[in-house]
Amino acid sequence: MKDKNTTYNSKRTSQSVAFWIFRFFSMLVVAILFLILSFIIYKGIGVINWDFITKMPENGMTEGGILPAIIGTLCLVGGSILFAFPIGVLSGIYVNEYAKNGWFIRFVRMMTNNLAGIPSIVFGRFGMALFVNYFKFGTSIIAGSLTLGLMVLPIVIRTTEEALKSIDDSFRHGSYALGASKLETIRRVTLPMAFPNIVTGLVLSIGRVSGETAPILFTAAAYFLPKLPSSITDPVMALPYHLYVLSTSGTDLEASRSMAYGTALVLVVMVLFVNLLANALRKFFSKKVKMN
Amino acid sequence: MYKIEAKDVNLYYGDFHALKGISMSMKPNTVTALIGPSGCGKSTFLRTLNRMNDLIESVKITGLVTVDGEDIYRKNINIDELRKHVGMVFQKPNPFPKSIFENVAYGLRVNGENNRSFIEDKVKESLVQAALWEEVKDKLKKSAFELSGGQQQRLCIARALAISPSVLLMDEPASALDPISTAKIEELIYELKTNYTIVIVTHNMQQAGRVSDHTAFFYMGDLIEYGETKKVFTNPDHTQTQNYITGRFG
Amino acid sequence: MKNTFKRFIERFVEGILFLSGTITTITVLLIVVFLFREGSGLFNNSTMEKGFVLAINKSNPVSKLSSYEIKEIFDGKITSWKQVGGKDQPIQLFHVEDITNYYTEEQIGANFENLPKLLSNVVDSIPNIVAFVPEMYVDKSFKGRVLPEKKLTLKEFFFGREWFPTSQPAAQFGAFSLITGTLWVSLWAILISLPLGLSVAIYMAEIANPKVRNFLKPVIELLAGIPSVVYGFFGLIVIVPTIQRLFDLPVGETALAGSLILAIMALPTIITISEDAIRTTPRAMKEASLALGATHWQTIYKVVLPYSSSGIAAAAILGIGRAIGETMAVLMVTGNAAIIPSSLLEPVRTIPATIAAEMGEAPQGGVHFEALFALGAILFIMTLIINIVVDFISNKKKISKR
Repeated sequence: MKDKNTTYNSKRTSQSVAFWIFRFFSMLVVAILFLILSFIIYKGIGVINWDFITKMPENGMTEGGILPAIIGTLCLVGGSILFAFPIGVLSGIYVNEYAKNGWFIRFVRMMTNNLAGIPSIVFGRFGMALFVNYFKFGTSIIAGSLTLGLMVLPIVIRTTEEALKSIDDSFRHGSYALGASKLETIRRVTLPMAFPNIVTGLVLSIGRVSGETAPILFTAAAYFLPKLPSSITDPVMALPYHLYVLSTSGTDLEASRSMAYGTALVLVVMVLFVNLLANALRKFFSKKVKMN
Repeated sequence: MYKIEAKDVNLYYGDFHALKGISMSMKPNTVTALIGPSGCGKSTFLRTLNRMNDLIESVKITGLVTVDGEDIYRKNINIDELRKHVGMVFQKPNPFPKSIFENVAYGLRVNGENNRSFIEDKVKESLVQAALWEEVKDKLKKSAFELSGGQQQRLCIARALAISPSVLLMDEPASALDPISTAKIEELIYELKTNYTIVIVTHNMQQAGRVSDHTAFFYMGDLIEYGETKKVFTNPDHTQTQNYITGRFG
Repeated sequence: MKNTFKRFIERFVEGILFLSGTITTITVLLIVVFLFREGSGLFNNSTMEKGFVLAINKSNPVSKLSSYEIKEIFDGKITSWKQVGGKDQPIQLFHVEDITNYYTEEQIGANFENLPKLLSNVVDSIPNIVAFVPEMYVDKSFKGRVLPEKKLTLKEFFFGREWFPTSQPAAQFGAFSLITGTLWVSLWAILISLPLGLSVAIYMAEIANPKVRNFLKPVIELLAGIPSVVYGFFGLIVIVPTIQRLFDLPVGETALAGSLILAIMALPTIITISEDAIRTTPRAMKEASLALGATHWQTIYKVVLPYSSSGIAAAAILGIGRAIGETMAVLMVTGNAAIIPSSLLEPVRTIPATIAAEMGEAPQGGVHFEALFALGAILFIMTLIINIVVDFISNKKKISKR
């Protein structure tokens, strides 16, 4: 009897110990996020004001605003979305709905996964070699957008694929049995059902694109431009690149520190916003699907 | 003469010989029940009649299947057209996440029908035929998922009827439903017989006995016996049939 | 009629879909082509500055020098010809400017007309000389021997320990220190983040109640979404000075800082993928274990973890992949010294950071440029191997689970 009790107790103790360690680690992770966010918010909040967002930088980057960087980021994000969304969604549809389960489709899937794993700097150089040099676009919005678009393409494809995969086949079969063709079934049944998840994925990839630095280092970004870009063949400033330069090699590191904080805060706010939006959309759509 | 004819149909899932030389013919406006133990091939055979097996890879079919005298496995056939003539109701109700009205109208829209009043009339007609109209006429715009299981299945039947098929294939339509809904569906089948040719797969022998004119007993891919329901159930030709019906196996 | 038209449209759309489906494949192939094309140029070009040659006296038996030897000679570290396979004579360095030690300006000529002849004389007269001179001043009557251009070999690239792309006369492209630097930092990052991430994943999947899980999930997603440059910024401002103070170092930019930041960045990947894997454990299996009297914790480490081990392995490897490829954050906090790391508390440089940092300086099409592409090719291969391994593991799991 006593033996059984001691085994039981020691089992329980080791479980409590283990679980408490896990709890601690989880809190640690939350604490890390909290630390990073609050640090940036605390340091940067003083810098943010209307001027900061709407003015051009002045005085060697130590004063003024970061308007061109904001606009640049918006241009790049817009361009890459334009490229990656249609192609990515169409590709996801093809891979999940059309291709037979042969070696070809496994190969394509593997390629997509590989593309997703390629480091951002390799994309940057590939973009430079292909768009800037070979196609002779030069350092420009279009080169940067295409590079970013390529980078985010596998994410869009994967999200679309997952969304389509999660729809039970019985719906497709029901549609076929009524004489609908494959395309019609996709258009009328599968795609509308997958729509919420696809949109969520799209929103998240927007967040991803706006924060990337390495791909635009050599394809689009310039440190200081006196005026805003006027065509897609112009180089632009961008928020992440701006932050990078401000904190590592600006002309006067200490003085531009405050600008750096402000830029970091703007970036973080963008990410927070995008995440919240994606979550809200997810909740909104899932309610809608249940209703209707 | 015959609405549906199958001659020496063999079907393979890869190497597995699932249907072994099935030959049978069904007259118009009759109900034919396909019975047999699990895995005997009855659902597979049902699906060859509207070529739903095409959706499974590694499937190979030989033999002849005709509907209204036409070979449905011929080269240039329009499969979508075929499926409009040979409708199907599945085991588990699978309405679309749309409104009740839109579910029934789906088949019409997909086949190019645009006329609003025509669609409305057809939807009402189909729901009446499926004995569902009285229960849903005031909530046509509501989601199909708000209906009970039995109602959803009748909705699927209405959906299939809306495109005016001449044949209705039903794959264990009541197996997922409660006894009351089952009774309603069996009643429905009996009434639909006047206008449609029905082939129904069922596990439930009493159901087969109640509802069908002819019964086909499948076992391990072979068609063991096919004849008038009364005869198959009371005086079958084969011992295997006898054993299955009396519950010795399956 | 309407039907055939419909058919045509459908064929057309299917064609477009097919094209889109293959675009990722095309892109990957393109990347491979470009990287390797540019990178291979590295091994076809001489590492010496364009337009310059090395010349020695005709009597000198040495027939070629590696770029490492050239550098050591001109740095004064190799001083005798014997060390490079020649006679036992001290090496005499000679740059083209040194010509004024031997001849006057008038003798050279106002436009250097006589320079080729004079150079030739100098080289011929000093048996133990090695001269680094512009090619254009070496004419047909040159009485010395021009050393053949030494091309970089694969072995030198991979195992050379010095990375000095701008050194004269011969640039050094030894990537060994970069490769080890990359692996070192990533290794420590994984050592930190794997236990941490796995614990959180287990907690979220098995232990936490739904409210806590619903709180944690967005937190993790948020962590995943923070741009790498913001992490780098944070690391620069907070972690680096802290390390500096804590360990009493001259500078806080160390491998440790890099590993810490990378660990944080790899966490979300490891957590989400592991959590998914753990969640797929069939309830029946867990209940069987509990019904036999095992505690929850015992069930976890005896049943759940082994079952999800391939998913967890995939998560770990993907985390490694993320760490290896990370550029910006590492660039900002590791100090960029291209030396082979021996401890965590020294500056170090990784491959992606090198590429990012030096890309701006390398002249288009020059050897340095190509060297960076070759580095990129290495990086690409590393991540490719990682991805294939992950694919393989997941597939094996799918097959065995059937």
